[in-house]
Amino acid sequence: MKAKIHVTLKQGVLDPQGKAVQHALGSLGFTGVEDVRQGKFIELELSETDETKARADLEEMCKLLLANTVIENYSIEIA
Amino acid sequence: MKACVIVFPGSNCDRDLQVALRNAMGAEPEMVWHGDSTFDDVDLITVPGGFSYGDYLRAGAMAAKSPVMREIIRRAGKGVPVLGICNGFQVLTESGLLPGALMRNANLKYVCRDVHLKVEATDTPFTQGYGNGGVLRIPVAHHDGNYFADDDLLDELQDNDQVAFRYSDANGDLTDDANPNGSRRNIAGILSRDRNVLGMMPHPERLADPALGGTDGKAMFSGLVEALS
Repeated sequence: MKAKIHVTLKQGVLDPQGKAVQHALGSLGFTGVEDVRQGKFIELELSETDETKARADLEEMCKLLLANTVIENYSIEIA
Repeated sequence: MKACVIVFPGSNCDRDLQVALRNAMGAEPEMVWHGDSTFDDVDLITVPGGFSYGDYLRAGAMAAKSPVMREIIRRAGKGVPVLGICNGFQVLTESGLLPGALMRNANLKYVCRDVHLKVEATDTPFTQGYGNGGVLRIPVAHHDGNYFADDDLLDELQDNDQVAFRYSDANGDLTDDANPNGSRRNIAGILSRDRNVLGMMPHPERLADPALGGTDGKAMFSGLVEALS
């Protein structure tokens, strides 16, 4: 099965890259962009067929490596 | 005293650290490859700067999960001093040996220049060479040195006297202008709760010999030798 993981910065953590992207969009004439937060999107192909087990594994993967939970949140989607 | 330098694919300050340790100890430190799950008993473990694993995922994230790190975490738990410089600091935060995280510099630029550091803790083997503290001139060279911790953790670090160095001006004043990367509360280096692990972004090994243009980094290594011999 396929899993999709979004890693995003937590509320309150400054995102200077997002800010730079927001400014660049503004200079391109997109004046209505009020905020930009940049994150990561990770796609995994899993051999596991049991969705509950897969979800438990993915949680561990996120906590141990894919996200740094000091500064990042993650969300898991199984397709 | 015996010391080792951990070498990851992408480390690039390992030889600088080797030379600084050799000059201070009068003996050769052991170079330990990241894939080794064990190494000789040593009095000091050092994790050098560089770009381990090409900074893939996050700076230090992959190195923090390498076989040698499991052994380092085990020994740190037993009280063996561990020093992480630059990428080494990133590896130590990613491994959980030190609290907080190192993020992209606030100005998004790679910063490579000398900065001033105020020594905030001198009661550790790493910093006892600095006597009563003072202000040092030490180079930084990084893109991800913006130290982040939430307010509660920052207060806790302060209450436990875990901040070892802060970015300052030449007079020791902690100004925003003196902060090269946006680190919260100008933090440049922190200690573990047990004070046997130090992580710092600046590079003392790069200013530890008159031939390099300064010697402010030298007292860290001579102090370590004095404390651990």
